[in-house]
Amino acid sequence: MDFTIMATSFPKLLSAAVITLKLLSLSLFFGLLIGLLFAILRLNKNPIINRFAYVYSYIFRGTPLLVQIFIIYFGLGQIEYFRSTFLWAVFKEPYWCAIIAFALNTGAYTSEILRSAFQTIKPGIIEAGKSLGISNKIIFYKIQIPVAIRQSLPAYGNEIILMMKGTSLASTVTLMDITGVAKYIISTTFKPIEVFIVAGSIYLFMTFLIHNLIKYLEKKYSFQ
Amino acid sequence: MEFLSFGKTGWGDELFYATLMTIAVSITAMLIGFLFSLIFTPLKLSNKKFLNIIANSYTTVIRGVPELLVIYLFFFGGSGAIMYVASIFGYFEYIEINAFITGSFAIGIISGAYSTEVFRGAIQSIDKGQFEAAKVLGIKKHIQFFKIIMPQMLRLAIPNLSNVWQITLKDTSLISVTGLVEIMRQSYIAAGSTRDPLLFYSVAALIYLMLTFLSMKLINKLEIKYSRGF
Repeated sequence: MDFTIMATSFPKLLSAAVITLKLLSLSLFFGLLIGLLFAILRLNKNPIINRFAYVYSYIFRGTPLLVQIFIIYFGLGQIEYFRSTFLWAVFKEPYWCAIIAFALNTGAYTSEILRSAFQTIKPGIIEAGKSLGISNKIIFYKIQIPVAIRQSLPAYGNEIILMMKGTSLASTVTLMDITGVAKYIISTTFKPIEVFIVAGSIYLFMTFLIHNLIKYLEKKYSFQ
Repeated sequence: MEFLSFGKTGWGDELFYATLMTIAVSITAMLIGFLFSLIFTPLKLSNKKFLNIIANSYTTVIRGVPELLVIYLFFFGGSGAIMYVASIFGYFEYIEINAFITGSFAIGIISGAYSTEVFRGAIQSIDKGQFEAAKVLGIKKHIQFFKIIMPQMLRLAIPNLSNVWQITLKDTSLISVTGLVEIMRQSYIAAGSTRDPLLFYSVAALIYLMLTFLSMKLINKLEIKYSRGF
């Protein structure tokens, strides 16, 4: 065990954690919006609309995240027309490509979590709202959405942790997040175990924080 | 389309063999995972605190650390660890382990952490009366496990194991960083030499979709088989 390597790599890995956290928070933010949109589409009565939402989530849940990043980062740049649009300014950056891929991926999982939360809301709650003469719109925003968010917290907490681990794939498109820096240090020092322990501890610490945050929120928003 | 034809000019046959490689790695990893869960599930359910801590740290660490990092650990550290063990026995030559073995082991350990949790949950949700009834009837410990506990546990575990299988199958794409020629690696090679990454990565995505779809169909059949009588 080489403790000097561990001590010197710790600050480097810690500063890389900033990139990991940036990737994670931005993809979760966009992913939540996408997830909410597609969950609502899934519950739509029009068969074409809900089929479309189903196919979206099926594709993104049925393929590895790595393929999705590679298609967006390496694949889209190949289309001549695409490079002439304003979107190219975003898609030529590996940073934004990674975030787009992560957001689309976590959006698919989030839509499933939210859909099942919406579906398990007791009809009595909605009926109670209706009998009080509350309009459908307000029932949706003030009753269904808060209840669904509470219901989906445990599953969404797992999704956040999975996404945090997923951000490590950003290192495959040249970004230097924790895993990217760890790989670089390993390949220059050939001390895989020491670097793994340090990088792994940082990830575990973040998992621990997320886990406790979700637990706290669950308690705060429980019905009792 | 000619890029995807079979034969010398196209990449169809290469992709086909790469798909077989992905399937082989996934199955091997899943089996290694079962071996790990066979060791760690009893530790989790044990009454001894110390054994619980060992099993819990295994599942917590592996499930809290990115898969890619675990793969790098095995890729860079694997042969070093083997050589260290070999040096104790007086063998000092360089040993290189095959990418298939390193990869399946890395993914297997990850898959094992997930299946341990699945088996633990399944065993815990079997009615306590079943254990007690078996004990009262004087059935031997191992027969108790294989004939009474296991069939009931499998019924409860299969839906969740199917999720573990999906995770394992998708995780094998990460082994491509070690150079093992599975679907992702082969697509990367083909995309590089034809300069058509969009086509090859889309094909890779389609192959993965097909694999997850087919395995779901197969697992559903198993599920029906094991839930007879419920």
